[in-house]
Amino acid sequence: MSSPIYDEMRTEDGDVRPHYRPFADWLERTPPDRIAQKREEAERLFHRVGITFAVYGEQSGTERLIPFDLVPRIIPADEWRRLEAGLVQRVRALNLFLSDIYHAQSILRAGVIPAERVLGNAQYRREMVGVDVPGGIYAHVAGIDVVRADGGEYCVLEDNLRVPSGVSYMLENRKMMMRLFPELFATRSIRPIQHYPDRLLENLRAVAPAGEERPTVAVLTPGAWNSAYFEHAFLAQQMGVELVEGQDLFVQDDTVYMRTTRGPQRVHVLYRRVDDDFLDPLAFRPDSMLGVPGIFAAYRAGRVTLANAIGTGVADDKSIYPYVPDMIRFYLTEEPLLANVPTLLLSRDDDRADALARLDQLVVKEVHGAGGYGMLIGPAATAAERDAFRQRILAAPARYIAQPTLALSTCPTFVAAGLAPRHVDLRPYVLAGKGVGLVPGGLTRVALREGSLVVNSSQGGGTKDTWVLAPDEAC
Amino acid sequence: MLSRHANELYWMARHIERAENTARLLDVTYRTSLLPYQVREAGLAWADPWSVPLITLGLATSYYERHPELTAENALRFMILEPSNTSSIHACLRAARESARTVRGAITSEMYEDLNSAWIEMRAYDYERIQSRGVSDFLDWVKMRSHLFRGVTFGTMLRDEAYHFIRLGTHMERADNTARILDTKYHILLPSVADVGGAVDYYQWASLLQSLSGFESYRKIYSDVIAPRRIAELLILRDDMPRSLHCCMNFIHDTLELLCDAQTREVERRAGEMHARLHYGRTDDIMEFGLHEYLMDFLEHISGLGDEVSRAFLVPV
Repeated sequence: MSSPIYDEMRTEDGDVRPHYRPFADWLERTPPDRIAQKREEAERLFHRVGITFAVYGEQSGTERLIPFDLVPRIIPADEWRRLEAGLVQRVRALNLFLSDIYHAQSILRAGVIPAERVLGNAQYRREMVGVDVPGGIYAHVAGIDVVRADGGEYCVLEDNLRVPSGVSYMLENRKMMMRLFPELFATRSIRPIQHYPDRLLENLRAVAPAGEERPTVAVLTPGAWNSAYFEHAFLAQQMGVELVEGQDLFVQDDTVYMRTTRGPQRVHVLYRRVDDDFLDPLAFRPDSMLGVPGIFAAYRAGRVTLANAIGTGVADDKSIYPYVPDMIRFYLTEEPLLANVPTLLLSRDDDRADALARLDQLVVKEVHGAGGYGMLIGPAATAAERDAFRQRILAAPARYIAQPTLALSTCPTFVAAGLAPRHVDLRPYVLAGKGVGLVPGGLTRVALREGSLVVNSSQGGGTKDTWVLAPDEAC
Repeated sequence: MLSRHANELYWMARHIERAENTARLLDVTYRTSLLPYQVREAGLAWADPWSVPLITLGLATSYYERHPELTAENALRFMILEPSNTSSIHACLRAARESARTVRGAITSEMYEDLNSAWIEMRAYDYERIQSRGVSDFLDWVKMRSHLFRGVTFGTMLRDEAYHFIRLGTHMERADNTARILDTKYHILLPSVADVGGAVDYYQWASLLQSLSGFESYRKIYSDVIAPRRIAELLILRDDMPRSLHCCMNFIHDTLELLCDAQTREVERRAGEMHARLHYGRTDDIMEFGLHEYLMDFLEHISGLGDEVSRAFLVPV
């Protein structure tokens, strides 16, 4: 709490940081009405392009824009180099961990992680034990949420290894910025990210069942009413592959086919954006209308590859998260390059005692929660709210973790009153399959309400373009 | 391609074409309703020109469920804005945009953006705005949106299966709609038998020609007075007239030749049979058979062909 909040653009003394200087100069030179006009243009374009997300619980068919902010988040080359190395290291370790816990379980036998925490986890899929997946890759696409903690150091807040979304916003935000302000790109070397879909396709092809020269890849979506449907369609189109729903697929002799105008056609790799539970009514939830009966059997038989694999949820569970640095040491014998946020596991007696003694300083999260729901932000909560949460923790301590309230870094953002600092995070997308790597960038999310630390789009968050500067860029 | 996607593309194209043709049908009705010498009698609702679009599209029953009386305003509201009327311009643009949203991976982004912005503009219209803009002006806007969509499709899309299903949808719908619009003349009453061939008759045929963008072509080809026989020839048998039945069947048959394989050859055969009737047909025979009867027969065949297309490609069992 003591150190001041790190701002991406300005130092503590209010000076513009060197890597932001050309942008700050441009901003100063540009008349406010031109900016206002561009903001309107951006909104109109996003509507026309149909970059919207469906909102659950509102009148069916409601679509909303995720607010887009014109001030980019800029990352200097050397900072990115360190971040990139840390992310690649982390995703390599997470994939080794997943392969291990569904096979030899050496990390559990070595006592690095208590076996019960993994094997008793609701996200651990017993059905996957002994199943070999191509290349030993489980998390083909990983969205790693990174924030700056006090002092400006990057650290990982959360790993998303199931069906991380948002990458289409990363790509569309860049397209929008280039369209609105080409002059900004003409004078600076901002590293391109538009090859993400090519890299994704390359990685998906690399994990096809063995012996396929030209594997057929498809994107599996829950359907047009899913909140991320735009992204599913966008990625399918950008990769030039079919966008299929469960009803388009069927399984015969452990082989997956899609129904086409020229009869059945085999599918080798499914980039699926459907949760594990809904994939196969024969293997998982029998009431699923989104899935494909028999697909799990085809998967087990190695006749189709699912990306991400089934059962990755155990590795991004918040109760496993505190062990990721240990995983890196165990599998790679390297020191973690990116730190974790210090995390208290409330099922541990001493952690719990510590947390309950200072709830007013901590953020308490549900282990399986996502999307910013079901959390307590201690400093912002009333005494009554904290007491109510205390009772919930005592009733089911294993359901919660606690972390210090991070002073997330801020970035200048256009709000009603003009330019003001707002808290941001960063989600880069790490691809695994043909090696492990990522395009230079990510999705920057911004909490638009003053003082808010919640950046999720379902909770009023917005997005920004994220610029990674090329090494030859002077500053 | 996926059958489900082919189905969406086919219907996306049909709905756009239907919106355009609904606009054309309303246009001819509107022009006719402005002519003098109307047959309007109390209790004779079917004699009102506004009953014609309802009859030709088979919508009279559902109209009267909603509105007890036939008025120009109610008919326009029903045909333009009523969401539950699947032929209304509102419903067609919405359906086309929904299909495009579902298959946006199979079409170009320009095509999706075009349909999406058409829908966003459509949503902003209510009856008062249409009136203040002018009904004809609004109908022209609908036609232009349809032209724009076809232009974007033609100019940006890969000539793949998806393109062929779009083209098939457009021409199946257009064939159906041209036949229906031609048939409107059969339902528009003349004040008396003596008026056949008279001024009112002339203006009615002329506005029908105009609504099908055929007036100028007619002048160019025939350089002569407007006569029903020539209009039938122009809009049924001539294959150089883009909205004629023959021209539509050319497109449909050519497209099906590209799409059909050994299993689906029967669809192409049926289209070929229909095409041959137009290709080798004679105006005299049509007039002798009766224009209305001929058009009814064509509508039955084109609807049967639509069912075949559906079974073969779009909704396989």
